[in-house]
Amino acid sequence: MQSVAETVMKQQEEQTLKPVKPKGTRLSLEQVRRRQRRQAFFNSSGAYLLLLVGAVTMIGPFLWMVSTSLKEPGAVFSYSKDWWREWIPTTFVWQNYVKAWKVVPFGLFYLNSIFVTVCITFGQVATSAMAAYAFARLKFPGRDKIFFGYLATMMVPAAVTMIPVFILLEKFGWIDTYKAMILPAVFTAYGTFMLRQFFLTLPKDLEDAAKIDGCSYLGIFWRIILPLSKPALATLTTFTFMGSWMSFMWPLIVMNTHEKFTLPIGLAYFQSLHGTDWTLLMAGSVMMILPILIVFIFCQRFFVEGIKLSGIKG
Amino acid sequence: MNHSKNQTKEAIAAYGFLLPNLTGFLVFTSIPVLASLVLSFTKWDALSSAPQFVGLDNFIVLFKDPFFWKYCWNTVYLMISIPIGMAGSLILALAMNQKLKGIVFFRTIYFLPTICSGVAIYMLWKLIYNPDFGLLNSMIAKFGEIIGLTIRGPYWLHDEAWSKPALIIMGVWQTVGGYNMILYLAALQGVPRDLYDAAEVDGANAWQKFWAVTWPQISPTTFFIAIMSIIGGFQAGFDPAYIMTGGGPNGSTTTIIYYLFNNAFKWHHMGYAAAIAWVLFVIVFIFTLAQWRIFGKQVHYY
Repeated sequence: MQSVAETVMKQQEEQTLKPVKPKGTRLSLEQVRRRQRRQAFFNSSGAYLLLLVGAVTMIGPFLWMVSTSLKEPGAVFSYSKDWWREWIPTTFVWQNYVKAWKVVPFGLFYLNSIFVTVCITFGQVATSAMAAYAFARLKFPGRDKIFFGYLATMMVPAAVTMIPVFILLEKFGWIDTYKAMILPAVFTAYGTFMLRQFFLTLPKDLEDAAKIDGCSYLGIFWRIILPLSKPALATLTTFTFMGSWMSFMWPLIVMNTHEKFTLPIGLAYFQSLHGTDWTLLMAGSVMMILPILIVFIFCQRFFVEGIKLSGIKG
Repeated sequence: MNHSKNQTKEAIAAYGFLLPNLTGFLVFTSIPVLASLVLSFTKWDALSSAPQFVGLDNFIVLFKDPFFWKYCWNTVYLMISIPIGMAGSLILALAMNQKLKGIVFFRTIYFLPTICSGVAIYMLWKLIYNPDFGLLNSMIAKFGEIIGLTIRGPYWLHDEAWSKPALIIMGVWQTVGGYNMILYLAALQGVPRDLYDAAEVDGANAWQKFWAVTWPQISPTTFFIAIMSIIGGFQAGFDPAYIMTGGGPNGSTTTIIYYLFNNAFKWHHMGYAAAIAWVLFVIVFIFTLAQWRIFGKQVHYY
């Protein structure tokens, strides 16, 4: 009898000590914080697991690419009982890289890519910044109309202008020249628009002071606007650089001579010549992405901030 | 007097700043846009002396062209990767938002496919999808061995039924950890902490908190990503089609842009290609308008 009474008492005690909260019952902020801390532990272990599985999926294909690029040509096609043979070659054939470098003018592709990308990036950032300054800070007749024209073409797909620009370049006799790859990629409404938006957020006081001191417009642009806009300029530079390094379709359309190819079309040309030499193709692919990987690892922070900047404003 | 002189000076300076960009813009964008509209009403093989005016013929032929409709369908089908990729991006962003150590490391790895996108990656995936010795099918076969069955993976890019799913899987892999995840992460970090506190005081569990607080708070980002991805999606698919499949098998991976490229630069149907470009433009325009409607006067650049 007593034991039953004790159990009932205990149960009642437990109920008063640990009340089961029905949904919708208010908790104190103190209780909430305690619960948050407890949850955080489980959340973070779950998150780690998820991120780890994801990371393996992301990086797996790259590791396999490197491993394939170091295999003997026959090893690609052979089937091994050991799963790790897929990932670690029996012998490391560094010669693949030397061969890939030799069968097509890979060195030239590199130089061409660097030259074209640097020209496009510099041209775009410089002309966009100048135009953006005019739109953001100077008064001139027709400003709003011209700016509306820029805005209106921002949504035009590149495919629309592709054919007329090709015909135009043919008329100029520029097909198969570096100009054909560079010039059409330099003048974009996007760069001008983005920088204009940024310039509009800069305080005007410094400029006014400079004007009173007799500073020219060029002086204001060079000494005040540009130094204050480093983050936006860096973002535009990074995006333009990445975009033109990877650019494939346009160079493919306008270039014919192999010696003038950039890396993407060079690699595609390589594939058309040696479509089944997978070890060489993978060696070529590794060589193509290596520079951009190094750039990214160094500029990563920058890049991420740039995306946030563009997204948050949006 | 002095005032108007200053104004003239300012206007001259302004045009000086504007000139390099404006000239290039007129030559390589504005005029070509109009030229392509004119071109879409003509028949021209780019070799004969002059384009021949044919009125609306190109558009009429285009709307009757079964290939065009098939390729439109392909383009839309491949966009299945957008919602899947977005869901993945959001889940990853939620995981990264737990204030863990080593986030920068993970973020770097997740960004690799975005950074390295392009020809090299498409070549890699062409090999991964190789039915006989690609990574995917050998993994499927190994998995079969482990559970004691003989499983033969699909023929992927060589099979009409599997070519699109193959490109979708690759597309998700490429985009899931890239821009969208960063945008989601930024949006999640912008949700006010008090809202979560208030929800918890009301006894909400994690699931309820997500749907009642997080999801509505990040919905502008979701809309933004969705519309930008759709606009991009209509213009996508050239590089993988060119490198991996040649648009096949049986046209199953040909997208609008690849068809346009072939018409213009392979078969020299310049007028017809220009008509395709303008149809594409109209589609993109509709989605851009939708975006403006949803976001009101806020302007987005991405």
